[in-house]
Amino acid sequence: MKKIYILLFSLFFVNQMFSQKKYLAKDGYISFFSHSLVEDIKADNNQVLSIIDKETGEIAIQLLMRSFLFKKALMQQHFNESYVESHKYPKAKFNGLIVNFEDLNDKNSNTEIKGTLSVHGKEKEISIIAKVIINEDEINISGDFMVEVADFNIKIPAIVRNNIAKIIKVTFQIKHKPYSK
Amino acid sequence: MKNLLLLFFISCFNVNFFAQNLDEILEQESPENDVVVFGTFNGTRILNGHSVETRKKGILEFLIHHRFGKVNSGADELFGLDESNIRLGFEYALSNNFTVAIGRSSFEKTFDGYLKYSLLKQKEGDQSFPISLTLFTSATEKTIKDYEPENKPSFSDRLTYTTQVLLAKKFSPNFSFQITPTYIHFNTNPSTIDPNDIFALGFGSRLKISKRVSINGEYFYATDSFKSIDAKNSIAFGIDIETGGHIFQLIFANSRSMLEKGFIVENTGDFLKGDIHFGFNISRAFQVNKSNDDQKLY
Repeated sequence: MKKIYILLFSLFFVNQMFSQKKYLAKDGYISFFSHSLVEDIKADNNQVLSIIDKETGEIAIQLLMRSFLFKKALMQQHFNESYVESHKYPKAKFNGLIVNFEDLNDKNSNTEIKGTLSVHGKEKEISIIAKVIINEDEINISGDFMVEVADFNIKIPAIVRNNIAKIIKVTFQIKHKPYSK
Repeated sequence: MKNLLLLFFISCFNVNFFAQNLDEILEQESPENDVVVFGTFNGTRILNGHSVETRKKGILEFLIHHRFGKVNSGADELFGLDESNIRLGFEYALSNNFTVAIGRSSFEKTFDGYLKYSLLKQKEGDQSFPISLTLFTSATEKTIKDYEPENKPSFSDRLTYTTQVLLAKKFSPNFSFQITPTYIHFNTNPSTIDPNDIFALGFGSRLKISKRVSINGEYFYATDSFKSIDAKNSIAFGIDIETGGHIFQLIFANSRSMLEKGFIVENTGDFLKGDIHFGFNISRAFQVNKSNDDQKLY
C-alpha cells in the first residue's frame, strides 16, 4: 500500500514536471543608456530573472535595481541612493503578454510585448517591439524601448539636469531555458 | 477513507502548483537576498573625525578642510573670520575597501598620512550582519619651527600616531550612529605631567533631514588628556550637503585642528564658553580609474 502512495506521488510529480511548459532565465541582460550633451551614461544588469509560459505567451520579468553596474562607482551610488531609491524600491518588474505568441517560430520572430512596467513604485503600460525566437529548448527575446524618467516619479536635481537624459533607452536580451521544479 | 484524504491532499497540492503564477516562481528563483548596507554616512568624515565610509575603487578624492578662529574673539577679529586654518588632502581608493591618503595642515605646518581599511560591512538579508567596522591608522609630523635653533628636535620627536576602530550602524535610511575607540601616541609630550598614550572614545551620528541634507554631531571623550594645557573634549555639530560628486559640510567645533591628535588631545576650546570655530569641509571625488566592472559594489 505504501508503495502505491509513493508511486502515485511520484507520478504526479513527474506529470507536473512535463506539463509545466514554462521557460526561465536567471541571467538575462538588461541595460539602459542615457545620452546627453554633457555625458553618456550606461549601466548593465546581468542578473535579470524572467519567465515565459509557453502555453499562454505570458511573460514576467524581475530585476534588482542595485544589480545595475556603472563605470563610475559614485554614479552607481547616487543612482541607488538618490534616484531610484533601491532601499525602498529594490525591484523593477514587468508583467505582460507576447502578442501572437502561438504564431511565432524560428522564421517568424518579430512581434510585440505588451504589459505593465513597474519601477520606483510607479506602474506604466508599455508596448515593446521585440524579437522572440522560439526553439525546441530555448526562447530568446531581445529588443529595446524608450522610457521617460518623469513617468516613474524619479526626480533629477537641477544641478545635474544637463547630465541625464529625460528619455532613457532600455535594451534587453534574455535567453530562457525549460523550467522544471 | 484515509487513503482518499491523502489522494485528495496530493491532488490539491498539484493543482496549486499548476495555478502558481509566474511572479511567484520568480520570487522563488530570486538569488539570495544579501544586501550590503551602503551610505551609512555621506562622506569619509562625520565632521572632524573619520566615518566608516571608504570610497569605491579608483576614486581620487580631493579634500579642502577649513576652520576659522574662535567666534568669541570679538569684532576686531571679525568673530574669528580673520584667522584661517586649512588642511588640503588627497585620498585614493586602491580597492573598494582600502584607502591611502596624505594631507597637510596649515596649523603647526603638519603633514599627515593615513590608511583606512573597511573590514566588515553591515548587511541585511539571509546573511545579515549588524554593524560596519573600519580600521584607521595615521601618522602626523609637525614641521613648524617653534624651537630654539640649538634645540632642534629629531624627526621622530615630532611624530604622533593614531589608531581607531570605527564601528557604525545605519539604523534607518535617516539615522546612523558610530562609536570610535581611539588610541593616540605622542612621541614627545609638551610637559612631564602629560601622558604619551591617550585612549579616547568617540561618538558620532547623522540624521538625514532630506535626501541630500543631514545634521551631524560628534563627541570625543578622552580618558586622559594634556593637563599642562587644560585640554577639553572635542565637540562638533554640522550640516552635510551632498550634490553629485561634491560633499559640503558646515561645521561648528571647539577645535582648530582637523587631525585626530589635535582635536582629541590638544584641544583647549570650551564649547559652552563660545570657543567655537566655524568651518567647512569640501570634497570632490574624481573617478581616475575604472571601478571593477565584474565586481558588485553593493
